[in-house]
Amino acid sequence: MILRLNPSSGVPVYLQIVEQIKHSIEIGALEEGDQLPGIRPLAEDLVVSPNTVVKAYNELERDGVIRLRHGAGAYVSESNSPNSRRCRIKDASILVKNVVEKLRDMGLSDEQSRRLFEAELMEEVSCR
Amino acid sequence: MNTVVETTDLTKRFGENTALNGLTMTVPQGGIVGFLGRNGSGKSTTIKILLDVIRRTSGEALLLGEPTGSVAVRRRIGFLGEDKRLYPYMTVEEIIEFTRPFFSTWRKETESRLLRDFELPRNCKVSSLSKGMRTKLGLLLNLCRHAEFLILDEPSEGLDPVVAEQMLQSLVQQAADGTTIFFSSHQISEVEQIADHIIVIEKGRVILQGPLDHVQQKFRRINLVFDDPPPAEAFRVDGVDHVSLQGRTISILASRNIDDIAALGPLLAAKSVEVQPVGLKELFLEKVRER
Repeated sequence: MILRLNPSSGVPVYLQIVEQIKHSIEIGALEEGDQLPGIRPLAEDLVVSPNTVVKAYNELERDGVIRLRHGAGAYVSESNSPNSRRCRIKDASILVKNVVEKLRDMGLSDEQSRRLFEAELMEEVSCR
Repeated sequence: MNTVVETTDLTKRFGENTALNGLTMTVPQGGIVGFLGRNGSGKSTTIKILLDVIRRTSGEALLLGEPTGSVAVRRRIGFLGEDKRLYPYMTVEEIIEFTRPFFSTWRKETESRLLRDFELPRNCKVSSLSKGMRTKLGLLLNLCRHAEFLILDEPSEGLDPVVAEQMLQSLVQQAADGTTIFFSSHQISEVEQIADHIIVIEKGRVILQGPLDHVQQKFRRINLVFDDPPPAEAFRVDGVDHVSLQGRTISILASRNIDDIAALGPLLAAKSVEVQPVGLKELFLEKVRER
């Protein structure tokens, strides 16, 4: 699992950790039962406050993505059924492929499409 | 919430000059607190009052629940100043040997780890150390103590990026061991990275404080594009902090009613409405400019 943070984006660091761990599970970089780094090593590795990692792990546990075993670390939940997630991601990638093809047919540059996607996704984040 | 620092209406005047003008702030226990402000905003004055190096003109300041100046409290806190004053005639090894017996909470394992991580030359005189090395030595002397509360006045000032990162990493380790870290800085990017709580002051007053993620989730930039932009007055509504016009775009910084403000776009025939998160640097510049 490789996390890459962008602290100056204005998106809280704990949310970036949450999203990236979810993404790691979706793409299969993390599988059910895998152990996540402890709070202390992850905080040291990312050079963020330990409170930030605690907050991210608590949020992931609330969402049912990981299980926290007291004193024994954090594990990816079995209930995540990574296979069905991966199927969903596969379906989604076909969907995205079709949309991108259509946008190109309309004469939009990839850069323009990317901006549209990003603006749409930003809106999603801000409405939470 | 347990607090390590509580100031109420703290004021400090130097003759005609008002350094602190009713500063009210709370530092929660546990975690890393970034103390931000421009040069001359009152950061160092605040820290000096907390350490009882100078006396306040009026107001209250509590440190670990006790009035500042208590010797018992002074024992429980660590401090690394901007000047990193250390005995120049001692070697690295000697100054460590000299400092260790003063503190019953000194941890030998932290000492060996930091000596190794910081690559400090044991037999070099303090006077011959570079600024970066001196900062690392000052940090080591403070971190080995494992104080309950550690105050650092612009610790990254003048450090190269590698040493600055080592310094931040050692603060994260110390926070994981339970020390509350309070550091002043005007490096907004490092505060965004490692702090979980921020306090921003300007002209001796607090202009923003709270958990960093709350602050980040509160503020939004709303960009509206028009064929013919309406007057800025149309956006003087509750929650709007700042409105600026750039060509066809009206850019709004808002802290409340984000959805209602964005909904004004379609009502006023905007061609496009974008809502974006706001980085701390942008927020800091806007907030400071307001005053």
